[in-house]
Amino acid sequence: MKKLLISAVAAIALMAAAPLAMADAPKQGGQATITFNNDLTTLDPQVGYDWQNWSVIKSIFDGLMDYKPGTTELEPDLAESYTVSDDGLTYTFKLRDGVKFHNGRPMTSADVKYSFERAVNPATQSPGGGYFGMIAGYDDVAGGKATTLSGIETPDDKTVIFKLTRPDATFLHLMAINFGYVVPKEEVEKAGADWGKKPVGTGAFKFVEWVPGQSIKLERNKDYYKANTPYLDGITFEFGQDPTVAVLRLKKGEIDIVGDGIPPAQFAELMADAANKDLIAEGDQLHTGYVTMNVTQPPFDNVKVRQAVNMAINKDRIVRLINNRAAPASQALPPAMPGYNPDNKGYAYDPEGAKKLLAEAGVGEITTELYVMNVDPNPRIAQAIQQDLAAVGIKAEIRSLAQAEVIAAGGAGKAPMIWSGGMAWIADFPDPANFYYGILGCAGAVEGGWNWSRYCNKALDERATKADAMVKDDQKDARIAEWKAVFDDVLKDAPWAPIFNEKRFTYHSERLGGDPALFTDPIHIPVNYDYIYAKDAQ
Amino acid sequence: MLGYLARRLAASVLILLGVSIVTFGLTFMIPADPVAMIAGRNSTPQMREQIREQLGMNKPVPEQYARYLGRLVTGDLGISYARKSEVAPLIASRLPPTLLLMLGAIIAELLIGIPAGIYAATRRGRFGDKAAMTLSFLSVSTPQFVLGLTLLYLFAYLWNWFPLGGYGKLSNLVLPALTLGLAGGGWYSRMMRSSMIEVLRNDYIRTARAKGMSEWRVVMKHGFRNAILPIVAMIGLDVGIFMSGVVVVENVFGWPGIGQLMWQAIQSLDIPVIMGVTIVAACFIVLGNLIADLVSPLIDPRIRLR
Repeated sequence: MKKLLISAVAAIALMAAAPLAMADAPKQGGQATITFNNDLTTLDPQVGYDWQNWSVIKSIFDGLMDYKPGTTELEPDLAESYTVSDDGLTYTFKLRDGVKFHNGRPMTSADVKYSFERAVNPATQSPGGGYFGMIAGYDDVAGGKATTLSGIETPDDKTVIFKLTRPDATFLHLMAINFGYVVPKEEVEKAGADWGKKPVGTGAFKFVEWVPGQSIKLERNKDYYKANTPYLDGITFEFGQDPTVAVLRLKKGEIDIVGDGIPPAQFAELMADAANKDLIAEGDQLHTGYVTMNVTQPPFDNVKVRQAVNMAINKDRIVRLINNRAAPASQALPPAMPGYNPDNKGYAYDPEGAKKLLAEAGVGEITTELYVMNVDPNPRIAQAIQQDLAAVGIKAEIRSLAQAEVIAAGGAGKAPMIWSGGMAWIADFPDPANFYYGILGCAGAVEGGWNWSRYCNKALDERATKADAMVKDDQKDARIAEWKAVFDDVLKDAPWAPIFNEKRFTYHSERLGGDPALFTDPIHIPVNYDYIYAKDAQ
Repeated sequence: MLGYLARRLAASVLILLGVSIVTFGLTFMIPADPVAMIAGRNSTPQMREQIREQLGMNKPVPEQYARYLGRLVTGDLGISYARKSEVAPLIASRLPPTLLLMLGAIIAELLIGIPAGIYAATRRGRFGDKAAMTLSFLSVSTPQFVLGLTLLYLFAYLWNWFPLGGYGKLSNLVLPALTLGLAGGGWYSRMMRSSMIEVLRNDYIRTARAKGMSEWRVVMKHGFRNAILPIVAMIGLDVGIFMSGVVVVENVFGWPGIGQLMWQAIQSLDIPVIMGVTIVAACFIVLGNLIADLVSPLIDPRIRLR
């Protein structure tokens, strides 16, 4: 949870739909070593929710749906096919034949049902159980009144039927999210409290061992249902590796990927070195960094003040401040997200215009506070914002605190302004809905919620819910158009000042091959381990 | 002696109790909510309330502490919020590397500090003395993360003498033990120097020299044995100093000990792990102090334990 917080999923604009073209399929074999600073917390798919364990879990487990490697395009995974009823309330999945857990037992529909119930059961304390609120019977299980979801039926071993209480266009994305990954009940029960340390899934890699604080080893699942996947025979994750030291080790050929990314202090030097041209993969993320303004308190209850803040901040300068590891943002949605409006340029940098707006607002001298997480580069960014605001006459004092404290201040509605860096929203799945309800909708504008602006526009909430009820294939475009309109209206109300969209850079060794998109996979963060290969095995 | 030991042990229990109360209290004063960290950003207020109830966090603080203490005396340190597994075995698995690192650091600081101190004492006021004391001043004042990264860059990256971090072999231990022990070595060289200078002023030293004994034998046979005593008494106290140092050093070198565990737990507000490591570390500090006190009379008969 150090850098990107609880993590998630991101997307690559260019690669959005193009399947990976590989001239000739790589051969299987070889090993890869990936370093992380922090040990993993857990490999329990219903619990793990940080950017480190996210993609390791994806390599050990599977869900009903998945995305084409390196893209944000959905495709069936453990499900072979699915059908949706006309009212959008019933989804029927046919499971694939021949899928086995790593313990050798064939996976069945009962396992699917068990896994979703496990995610929703409050005893699991899953941070993602709430995503499945549209499945019938959710309230009873989440409320502790039942342990089985009445909305999941398993007429035979190969069929799973989901009954929903409301149509929801994001449902198939939710079938691809880690929290719904299929786990074998007998192994979960046998391991008890240690389940997160000895995972058994159906995925491309099989768990071998975990030496606490030191390493995790995975080996190729020879029974994986996808032929010739994965390529690597094994992966070792080494922990406790400071990224600065990891870069040195990579240069010496001891390791293959710096899992934490390139440290800011070494970034310029590594990028300038021509030898690294093919070793540093660059990709976009489904990320937006923003400044929230609490709309329930003066002076930010005045829309003109919020718009003035948007115009006062020089985003280009902030992007330069972080070595161009981001692009200036015009709106809440990142460019790679469906619903992003390329025609909406947002608020241009215009300090004079901002001053004029402030004068019109007639709020007099503004003194406020800007909360920020105390890890570089965030305090530096906050200082740049502070200077920009001072130039138009807004005095902002910086409150630099630990991550959990900023989150608590935001959740309590106590912070007038928050710079989201280090806690910013990265989508869990590539759909605009995931960028709305929790952080801009009324649902999140509560005590302990993540809508730190406390922006609650009931009319927009209604339009959003209506858009998500459009589940048919031929409604897709109309739905996205409606989301685009919702986000355009959000921007007019300006509860946020969007600042930039972060890019991701992955530094890997010469001996690893694979499409650059795999090294900055929008879904498997940071790397899609299933499809990269070792050149020395070729 | 036995009465002294019993009183000291009783006092140690009180100290540990105090540490647990203060740490427990501090976790409630942090203006942050661990439940929000567990529940994640999609949680509803109801879900957060449920988790609060499951963890007993809706009860009054004294009651929560009483429950914690009740479990603590049975050796149960609770369940980690982030890992959802038991804290006691987690700490137990991380403790041996930390103890090994401390042992290495103690050896390193003695190997550096004692010879440097003797050397400086025998060349008092001359260039060698000044050079040694300047170096000791440097080693005491260099921050450990700077020292650690510098040693790694020079000895592991440029010259390939040692591995770049990691754990498992003796060669992995050298650089982190040196980083942790160098500051202590600096202190000890100063202590050893002044202690040796004082001893060398004694009449029996003059007598030994007068007998025609070689200077080397005078210093090592008569001087060393007397000058080393105050240093031996200090080693127990190092445990406390090292317990804070391991947090930095373990993170720089990828050493899988409790310092690294603590650092990660603080980042994710994993309170049961923070509490557990604090209490275990406090146990070792108290133990180290106790040993230091018990050893003193053995070294200097003028000290009596009452």
